[in-house]
Amino acid sequence: MTLLNIENLHAEVDGKPILKGIDLAIGAGEIHAVMGPNGAGKSTLAYVLGGRDGYEVTQGKVTFGGEDLFEMDPHERAAAGMFLGFQYPVEIPGVSNIQFLRAAVNAQREARGEDPLSAGDFLKVAREQAKALKMDADMLKRAVNVGFSGGEKKRNEMVQMGIIDPKLAILDETDSGLDIDALRTVGEGINAIMRKPDKGVLLITHYQRLLETVKPDYVHVLAAGRIVKTGGPDLALQLEEEGYEAVAEAA
Amino acid sequence: MNETLPLPTRRDEAWRYADLGALESVWADIAGQRETIDVPAGETASRQIVLEAAEPNVSVRTLDVHVGKGGRFALHCLAIDTDYGRIAVDVRLEDGAHFELGGAILGGCERTLEIVTDVRHDEPNGTSNQVVRSVLADKATGSFLGRIGVARHAQKTDAAQSVKAMLLDRSATANAKPELEIFADDVLCAHGATVGELDKAALFYMASRGIPPKEARRLMLQAFIADAFVSMADNDAREAMETKALAALEALV
Repeated sequence: MTLLNIENLHAEVDGKPILKGIDLAIGAGEIHAVMGPNGAGKSTLAYVLGGRDGYEVTQGKVTFGGEDLFEMDPHERAAAGMFLGFQYPVEIPGVSNIQFLRAAVNAQREARGEDPLSAGDFLKVAREQAKALKMDADMLKRAVNVGFSGGEKKRNEMVQMGIIDPKLAILDETDSGLDIDALRTVGEGINAIMRKPDKGVLLITHYQRLLETVKPDYVHVLAAGRIVKTGGPDLALQLEEEGYEAVAEAA
Repeated sequence: MNETLPLPTRRDEAWRYADLGALESVWADIAGQRETIDVPAGETASRQIVLEAAEPNVSVRTLDVHVGKGGRFALHCLAIDTDYGRIAVDVRLEDGAHFELGGAILGGCERTLEIVTDVRHDEPNGTSNQVVRSVLADKATGSFLGRIGVARHAQKTDAAQSVKAMLLDRSATANAKPELEIFADDVLCAHGATVGELDKAALFYMASRGIPPKEARRLMLQAFIADAFVSMADNDAREAMETKALAALEALV
């Protein structure tokens, strides 16, 4: 079953074309890595899929679970099972992690016609996920990302993903700014939460290192707004050795 | 003696942004009305004021507060629900006395809501802390005018004002007007004022986690105005204020 199907996607930011015809299909049970140099359009792809303002789709079609993605507002995409992990998670002063996540989980449950989780049940789930990702449970009480280090913010993204338990995760450079231990924890978190037969992952990354833990089924090279090459996990190694330029040119 | 005081004019700084047309409708009844509060030396007192809708929908509350030596007075207030609402407080502080203000101005439509303070540090060692948060939508006008006067011999005065406004629509207006008159030379007087809009990146971040726009705005605004009530010592009273504030916010998000 195809979770996400991207066909001939063109998008621009401030009138400048960034994505120039992307085709990509993510099936259930698959992890896809998208790699590429700075400015290739990786983050734009993530934001377009998430529905951020200012990212204008000019051509193409994307379906998520068979539905037209662009007919859904960002929060509806989340309720339908999409999770967007941020390269730079946003700070929200005064709103605690717990309050924020409980609002998120219950809004999603309500949108799906499910009963809200009680405060107690929610706290239990939140604590379990924090523990699994080696995040101090006290951080759940702190304001969302405020005063968190880069690594803590990324760990917090994974804790959120674990609590929300999405069908499809789009992770935008979740590995940037992480030390080696945090990288492994985050990688193992992705495996534990998302490596399931009914789920899919679009993993955007610069580096091969995260892919040693999260073994992708497919690797795509994005350059100048197009996918110029697709391969298996070996492609990531080849990129690491030869560089994006050589691989993109050969393609 | 029944002669009514003249209606204020905008030439008077303290009425600079007021809705004088609305004021006129109730002026005959309220002119010169002031509630006097005298906090004896060393004692602590607190008050909460929440403006309520009326007919005509105008509400003006004026307090005249004197805090004795080493005393403490806390005022927490909500300027809400009225077409023209004004909370004005004059405070005189004796040696080592403290005045705490936490106020929120929450309004939409074409409402004019204001908090006006005049804090006089007449004696040394007095402290005051004023925190005002405004959320304004549509064509509302929210104003804070805060005068702080420090007398020549009122050394070691420590006075602070923090005024922040959030505009939900570009058509709304926020006025923040600190007015400091300092005649002593060994004092601390801090004041900060900002006017802004909700952080779009944060709103998108919340949406990406499934929180609908209205609820995202509500969560952020709730956190924003909470600053005004953190100084309330009584948990029940604080919760009651926050519940009323939240109900007023609900109409704006």
